Amino acid sequence: MVEDLQEKPFMADGSEVITDFEEPINDRNRIAPVIEFRDVHLAFDEKVILDGVSFSVRRGETKLILGRSGGGKSTTIRLILGLLKPDSGQILIDGEDITNYSEEEMMPVRQKIGMVFQEGALFDSISVYENVAYRLREQNVDEEEIEHEVRRMLRFVDLEDAIDKMPAELSGGMRRRVGIARALVGDPEIVLYDEPTAGLDPPTARTICELAIKLRDLQDVSSIFVTHEMNNVGYLSSEYAIINESGEVVFEKEGERLCLINTEVIMLRDGKVMFNGTDEQLRSSQDPYIHNFVYGKN
Amino acid sequence: MNPLTRFVFELQEISVLIWRSFVSLFSQPRYVGEWIKQMDLIGVGSLPIVLLTGFFTGGVLVLQTFPTLQYYSIQNESGRSVATSLIRELGPVLSALMVSGRIGSAIAAELGSMVVSQQIDAMRAFGTDPNRKLVSPRLIALILMLPLLTVAADIFGLMGGAIVANQLYSQDISVFVNSARNGIQVEDIIGGVIKPIFFGLVIGSVACHKGLTTTGGTVGVGRATTDAVVIASIWVIIFDFFLSKALQYVLDVGPM
Ligand SMILES: Nc1ncnc2c1ncn2[C@@H]1O[C@H](COP(=O)(O)OP(=O)(O)O)[C@@H](O)[C@H]1O
Ligand SMILES: [Mg+2]
Repeated sequence: MVEDLQEKPFMADGSEVITDFEEPINDRNRIAPVIEFRDVHLAFDEKVILDGVSFSVRRGETKLILGRSGGGKSTTIRLILGLLKPDSGQILIDGEDITNYSEEEMMPVRQKIGMVFQEGALFDSISVYENVAYRLREQNVDEEEIEHEVRRMLRFVDLEDAIDKMPAELSGGMRRRVGIARALVGDPEIVLYDEPTAGLDPPTARTICELAIKLRDLQDVSSIFVTHEMNNVGYLSSEYAIINESGEVVFEKEGERLCLINTEVIMLRDGKVMFNGTDEQLRSSQDPYIHNFVYGKN
Repeated sequence: MNPLTRFVFELQEISVLIWRSFVSLFSQPRYVGEWIKQMDLIGVGSLPIVLLTGFFTGGVLVLQTFPTLQYYSIQNESGRSVATSLIRELGPVLSALMVSGRIGSAIAAELGSMVVSQQIDAMRAFGTDPNRKLVSPRLIALILMLPLLTVAADIFGLMGGAIVANQLYSQDISVFVNSARNGIQVEDIIGGVIKPIFFGLVIGSVACHKGLTTTGGTVGVGRATTDAVVIASIWVIIFDFFLSKALQYVLDVGPM
């Protein structure tokens, strides 16, 4: 029964136009969250980092995580990848409780996840090509397919020229984009971004946000986007990507007619989720801490 | 954590590290390419300094002991005295100390900077076990290469000794060589090769552990590097004593 409901939207012969972002909710996968935290606690020695964090990310949704630096945002992401284990609470990926998974058990879960690390974290002893190819090499994919995939991903981040360079020869923005290409190889259904725009000039930061928007809207990727820059929040929660008549990707701003529902914001403070909602709610919040964070002083 | 708890804790972590690397040798993937790369870096790369160390150590041994031996009119036995001390003690220990300085620091620094730049996290996130890819090849390379380096150091040490005896004390080369050949026992050679196997394991596991547990950014990498060299060197010297005792017992060459 449930299976039937799930299949229907995909059997449509094309005559049924699915309006933007108003996709049917009778898809079981859309109801079960892709990522879920249930009352997660974590402390390093005496220092409490996460103190009862619960939230969930639905399929196709982008969750923006805001918070002071040192507030536990990267830690949250490391927990999702199983690089770290919580002291208590549960973490579910695709409905699967990964909290007590061993390193071996985590491997298939990690294959569903692409991770963009804070400073890029490129392997600096190997070339850009090998960096992007890394995951495929580990899976023993044959060389022809690897090269095809690597070129496709580098084209996506507009860096095909840099294919033979070493990471040390790249600028900060290029390193970040190679990091994104590496994360996207194998078309993961979940992408985690850890401050992908920190320290970049505004146009480059904008480019990176556009990449994230394209993945969200055109490829149905679920993601967590950690940032502390409000203009990133602005881009991601008010613009969407569509393909126009001539087949180009264009970005449009949400208007009265259409309101983005696939991007939400949560804010961490002192190890707790102090806010969880849309960007409109965030901006109109009366809480002095949030107001301060959103608008700077005062 | 008090120092004793900390020590036990680190010892446990190092044992786990060694065990994991050992177990990983029995299943795919094995990254044999990495093994060869590390053997080249560690073995071939350390050859010059180890040979120089051996050569001059052998030389200085003869330089210092020849007058004493001459005093007792047994200078014809200088080859034997150099061979015994080189092969049993100085060859293994000095090679291990040189390698600990050169390779221990390099391993700790490399792994440490991979930790602080999140490359280790990235490896795990993209499906690689860092133990397999980084630790095992380094341990294997050290365990295989250090004995070979030690043998090379011993040979160069004997050459150094022979040259000093011949040039500075006008001893005939053949006298030196014969005395050395008579002095060397099979037990010495076995012991002299077993020791560096253990030293290689000590240096590699301490350096990998220090590197992989680096915290605190680039300053932390510096600290990990220094710690790795100091701790590995101390352990080499402590181990040397107990290994010597154990080998005397096992090979039955104890005090007569
Ligand atoms: N492995 C660790 N051991 C001890 N403390 C850690 C470790 N990792 C992170 N921390 C501490 O946890 C806090 C949160 O770190 P992080 O999640 O990186 O913050 P954010 O990404 O929000 O800036 C920081 O104060 C950091 O020093
Ligand atoms: Mg962070």
